[in-house]
Amino acid sequence: MTFEAAAVEAPRDESEIGNFLLSNGMEVVVIPDHRAPTVTQMVFYKAGNADEPPGKSGIAHFLEHLMFKGTSKHPAGEFDAKVAEIGGEENAFTSSDYTAYYQTVTPEALGTMMEFEADRMRHLVLTDAVIVPERDVILQERRLRVEDNPEGLLEEETQATLYQNHPYRIPVIGWMHEMEQLNRSDAVAFYDRYYAPNNAILVVAGDVDAGTVWRLADKTYGAIPRGPDLPQRVRPQEPEQNTKRTVVLTDPRVTVPSFEKSWVAPCYRITEPGEAEALDLLAEILGGGTRSRINQELVVKQGIASWGGAYFQGRSLDPSSFTIYGSPRGEATIEAVEDALDAEVRKIIETGVTDVELEKGKNRLVRSMIFARDSQTGMASIYGKALATGSTVYDLEAWPLRVRAVTSTQVQAVARKYLNPDRSVAGYLLPRESATSGDKSR
Amino acid sequence: MTMFNRLPIGAAKPLLVALVFLGLAAMPARAAMAIQEVRTSSGIKAWLVEDYSIPIVTVRFAFRGGSTQDPSGKEGLANLMAGLFDEGAGDLDREAFQERLDDAGAEMRFDAGRDAVYGSMRVLADQKDVAFDLLRLAIEQPRFDQGPTDRVRAQIVSGITAEAKDPEAVAKIAWGKALYGEHPYSRQDEGTEQTLATAKPSDLKALRKRLFARGNLTIAVAGAIDAGALKRDLDRIFGGLPAEPSLVPVAETAPKLAQEVRIPYDLPQTGLRLAYAGVSDKDPRFFAAYLMNHILGGEAFTSRLWNEVREKRGLAYHIGSTLVNNDHASALVIGTGTRPDRAAETLSLVRTEVRRMAEEGVSEEELEAAKKNVIGGYAVDHLNSSSAIANTLVAIQMEDLGIDYIERRKRLIQAVTVEDVRSVAKQLLSADPAVMIVGAPLERRKG
Repeated sequence: MTFEAAAVEAPRDESEIGNFLLSNGMEVVVIPDHRAPTVTQMVFYKAGNADEPPGKSGIAHFLEHLMFKGTSKHPAGEFDAKVAEIGGEENAFTSSDYTAYYQTVTPEALGTMMEFEADRMRHLVLTDAVIVPERDVILQERRLRVEDNPEGLLEEETQATLYQNHPYRIPVIGWMHEMEQLNRSDAVAFYDRYYAPNNAILVVAGDVDAGTVWRLADKTYGAIPRGPDLPQRVRPQEPEQNTKRTVVLTDPRVTVPSFEKSWVAPCYRITEPGEAEALDLLAEILGGGTRSRINQELVVKQGIASWGGAYFQGRSLDPSSFTIYGSPRGEATIEAVEDALDAEVRKIIETGVTDVELEKGKNRLVRSMIFARDSQTGMASIYGKALATGSTVYDLEAWPLRVRAVTSTQVQAVARKYLNPDRSVAGYLLPRESATSGDKSR
Repeated sequence: MTMFNRLPIGAAKPLLVALVFLGLAAMPARAAMAIQEVRTSSGIKAWLVEDYSIPIVTVRFAFRGGSTQDPSGKEGLANLMAGLFDEGAGDLDREAFQERLDDAGAEMRFDAGRDAVYGSMRVLADQKDVAFDLLRLAIEQPRFDQGPTDRVRAQIVSGITAEAKDPEAVAKIAWGKALYGEHPYSRQDEGTEQTLATAKPSDLKALRKRLFARGNLTIAVAGAIDAGALKRDLDRIFGGLPAEPSLVPVAETAPKLAQEVRIPYDLPQTGLRLAYAGVSDKDPRFFAAYLMNHILGGEAFTSRLWNEVREKRGLAYHIGSTLVNNDHASALVIGTGTRPDRAAETLSLVRTEVRRMAEEGVSEEELEAAKKNVIGGYAVDHLNSSSAIANTLVAIQMEDLGIDYIERRKRLIQAVTVEDVRSVAKQLLSADPAVMIVGAPLERRKG
């Protein structure tokens, strides 16, 4: 298959983003950036923790670790050593919707990196000798990042409460009791099902052009046979939510309480046109930084919070979440912060946002995409995450225009539609003392 | 969305001593990057990397003299000051200042380190003039109004209070005191509720006046701007500053070794820290020490400690060692976290590996691999965005390493021999370290 024939969208000039398919179905995105002699390749597999079989929580992330344990051609440690030898940077990450692997190296080494990455796409060798100590590593990772961290624990519990049916309720790292049981056959089953070129996206950003990437990718990844077609990723969906739920964590390590409230909200893939963009703008105007309403009102004007904000997680495969948060300052109570946050949401639902706020919010969002272009790994991950959750290169390129097109009526409408106070989950992180007196504690 | 990584993010740098100069590695395999030295008629100097592929300009600068310059009893002043530069300047109160900054599409940041106060600005190229005017105003005429000062102070105090019972925060304070005693490096950079309570706008003004001068200023710029325009802008932004700062001298010091600090808590994992003597980055042994540390537990995930503790035995998610180089102290610090019931075993493993390094040094193959890594990795680690480039160029200038440093460093690294490494390993690692244990008391088990 020729370059042209394979192209989804061939680049027209050297600096343009390239997007094409290899003959085995692997999608490739090339983001040229010639400022420094470095290049990042990221391979995204369209499989994450929300795709795990019941009872096997954490297997996507465990497999991510096991992908470094070697193949018949390259024994364990050889890939790491190769990256180290050329002074590259590498890591991998797992989310609910995807698992990704990346290396940042000098352009000369890109072909070698592709050779290693393609090799482990199909030829991983897993033995109990490597499984057992690595399982201890992920258990230790859970202790470090969740068990040993009150914020981490509360986050896990609020997610488990926010989603009543969707697997987004399950922590990406897994539940401890299920992680302890993960074994070789679980890992192999997940690997065999999802790790194939037609379920993967390659993103290359850096000092390289689309033609070179195509040649190297075709030689390496292109040689891996296409896997069976995977069925549509249909996960259990949320029922209609109709309750207001509360999660409280008291911990002796906490001195100053904090609060967050989340709603299930749509995502770019599943939404009415313009809604996800409007939610991004709502998050920006409500709580996106020093100019946001929450900061201006709670932190600066009322002086009751040390920090507060809002964010929307629209780059997910299934409807995700919108969150507001804050923490009291001085003599203020957590109830005062919660009330004030609720009041800011209510104000937008009732009276909307001003044209000036909307315009400035748009400027900030569009500017953040320009600033993001400064980082090769940042750009690669923006594209990879969007493509792995159902968007296209075209969607991303059109995004600034779509943001520009949002009206204040739309922002008010999504606030009214999705931030219903009667269908939310509130999370409280409280000092242990309140366990005896506070009415919110168990 | 929560993301879990195979490797800890920033794994090599989770240590308890502030790292001001991270950049002591090698250089790009091929240097596509041209550094120009720009000097204005009024004598302000900057390094510039000109590039027009993205319409942004990034400026990074540092005034030497950070939290070590806080007056005694007013610890936290430099940090508080850093939080106030965007809270009003000149005729503009907070609201007006931040609105103009936002309209200009600019991001402005200040932060206080131990040895310097750093600032940076990132701006869309076509709006740089307005943004640079705001930067000049922030540097020359910050208002430090009572209202914003009280608010930012309360935010910092809230952060300090919030961490009061956090074992890691408690440990960080105890570790600093244990290693550096009465030296300013043992201070909490953010101060305490008591010391911050005494900070008045006049104190902030006095500190800014002492610290902000052309004589202790270092600047680097990356992005869509040429030398001519930059010269004019530099004079505009920094030209009004006095020639010389008025800094309090800071004594040279070294971490106190051969002690054990225990921070008992009932925690799901036990934190372990070990401190050994370090080597100044001006010391001729520096690169031997740098490569030795790299092989022992440095940034590559192929180090001896990584292999023994994580890969072979699954005892920890993260383990690493770092050479810490502040202006007035150096140290080699090892850190990890492990299961309480296997903490004693982990600590003993770490000590065994350190002893092996002190006694045997490294092999030719290990040294060769380390050299390749730190030379090849320079561009990836230090030059992969405008901000990274500007940070690196400020760091190189602050250490006075010269504009040819990136090339020279490669040769210095290549010149290190196995014998050099063996010798420095013996000097640094034969001593009994300072050890800190955060968590349950160690279970002494055989095995």
